[in-house]
Amino acid sequence: MLDSHVQSDRIAEILEAHQGLEGPLLPILHAIQAAFGYVPDAAIPQIAKALMLSKAEVHGVISFYHDFREKPAGRHVLKLCRAEACQTMGADAVADRIKAALGIDWHETTPDGRVTLEPVFCLGLCACGPAAMVDGRLVGRVDESVCAEVAK
Amino acid sequence: MKVFVPLDSAAVALGADRIAEAIVAQGAARGVSVQVVRNGSRGMVWLEPLVEVVTDKGREGFGPMTLADVPGLFGDLSAHPKALGLVEELPWMKGQTRLTFARVGVIDPLSLEDYVAHGGLVGLERAAKMSKAEIVAEVTESGLRGRGGAGFPTGIKWKTVSEAAGEQKYIVCNADEGDSATFADRMLMEGDPFTLIEGMVIAGLACGATKGYVYIRSEYPVAIRVMEAAVRIARDANVLGPAFDMEIRVGAGAYVCGEETSLLNSLEGKRGVVRAKPPLPALQGFMGRPTVVNNVISLASVPIIMAKGAAYYKDFGLGRSRGTIPLQIAGNVKHGGLYEVAFGLTLGQIVNEIGGGTASGRPVKAVQVGGPLGAWFPPSLFDTPFGYEEFGAKDGLIGHAGLTIADDTTDMLQMARFAMEFCAIESCGKCTPCRIGSTRGVETIDRLARGDASAMPILTDLCNTMKLGSLCALGGFTPYPVMSAITHFPDDFARAKEAAE
Repeated sequence: MLDSHVQSDRIAEILEAHQGLEGPLLPILHAIQAAFGYVPDAAIPQIAKALMLSKAEVHGVISFYHDFREKPAGRHVLKLCRAEACQTMGADAVADRIKAALGIDWHETTPDGRVTLEPVFCLGLCACGPAAMVDGRLVGRVDESVCAEVAK
Repeated sequence: MKVFVPLDSAAVALGADRIAEAIVAQGAARGVSVQVVRNGSRGMVWLEPLVEVVTDKGREGFGPMTLADVPGLFGDLSAHPKALGLVEELPWMKGQTRLTFARVGVIDPLSLEDYVAHGGLVGLERAAKMSKAEIVAEVTESGLRGRGGAGFPTGIKWKTVSEAAGEQKYIVCNADEGDSATFADRMLMEGDPFTLIEGMVIAGLACGATKGYVYIRSEYPVAIRVMEAAVRIARDANVLGPAFDMEIRVGAGAYVCGEETSLLNSLEGKRGVVRAKPPLPALQGFMGRPTVVNNVISLASVPIIMAKGAAYYKDFGLGRSRGTIPLQIAGNVKHGGLYEVAFGLTLGQIVNEIGGGTASGRPVKAVQVGGPLGAWFPPSLFDTPFGYEEFGAKDGLIGHAGLTIADDTTDMLQMARFAMEFCAIESCGKCTPCRIGSTRGVETIDRLARGDASAMPILTDLCNTMKLGSLCALGGFTPYPVMSAITHFPDDFARAKEAAE
């Protein structure tokens, strides 16, 4: 865990870097998540003060969007597409086998903190499904062998 | 030796980056100087990674490439096991009318020189000499309708913004392409980003807007990277002009933000909740100011309309669906990908002749047209011509022109349940029919699945309420996949009562 001063200094830098943007909250939240891997609770009052919003408004935005995490993810993040085009290519069965292999369900992290499994609704790879994203890398025609990529 | 290896997400997802690296390494090992250009995709996803080698005959294609196929590119090309011949001569390419996608897959997406050499910026140069009203009239005359799904005439939207009073106006590009089976926006942004930028600059001229935003979904990392680079290049080369600037913004995984008012709230840094209309975004949009919100393909179709004239574009199509449409053929399909063609092909031609039927080789059971909010069409409706009104007349929609093909193993009750489940997950929560109706919909379909036929009238009634009472297309159109599944595939809903009952 980062020292709280280091953390608040980094958030202050991010807030400073986004001054002058119209509607800066999403870019700020993306930048904070890129820096820390999640949006720490402690960031909320700091953001609220800088943007002249209430803490509730900032929390409301964070909780609305699927992308923003309120706690850290596993070392790897495996996103599997659940949308229709991938379903027609057997995405549900692939997801079931991956869940069984990892021993977790959607939105869960393995107890060793190795991998977090998340659903995603469309990666735009609908003619080469089922599709996945492994730590930001795109994978077409995915099957359970993808588990090897998140083994360490 | 000049080689093209796509940077397109689909090609990359099938190994294009590794192929590109291997080609460079192989060239170095053999002492051959190799220039690898990372182009967009030609749209033949089943052939990706599709590598093109420039020879004295033209651009010869090889695919789908594996690492083992790389050394062969340095030998006798005609003997290469993955040789496809000249890419331009392949039936998939020859059958198309590529207007909006003319340069995608052909040029280096981040070379402004390439862009100009292939006809880029001609439309902007012409527009720059015209008055605002003349540009709006040209776009209106072309018959271009919003390609995001609603099909609203683009020229009329522009006219409203152009004539609206306001010091500051905006052009917002909706690149939150969240519908399953759609990837045209992604391919265009990855393969020919300057076309979208040119379209936005023209829109700015037509409407007197000085600032543009492209709201791209976070699920599209490659498109975000290419667009950000392209905007920097365009700005440095003064393509944006003295009075216009633009920014790329990234969404955060909310499907509903593809709805224009929800997108505007998100862009303002708020929860992506839908706004009631009126006021129209054209009058009170981003930051309460006059705003054009257009889909990627709508804006990217403007440069060719301005370059070749409204009549040229309008000449393609049928009825009130003018011009071309980039079909995205997806799901369980043999030949999936992007196929740009004039409106008017029948659904059967698209699925069977262009798509080649299913990937599994089994019979086609149903095709969902228009994404998660589109209706499922059975083969008995395959004579429906592809057009806005033609699909409307069959209780469907063309949406963003994505087609999900499903084979006969598909359980339509499960697909209907998924439509409701998806709506429940993605509902913004503002209106009750969508927020509550979707959850009740899942429960009611589960009753049907247990053999409780008395749930059917309730489901039908619920769909009617959602259709008529929802604020936006998420709740309002979720009944399309549900009701079409019930109407066309009643057997899948007539479950036997469970033994326990």
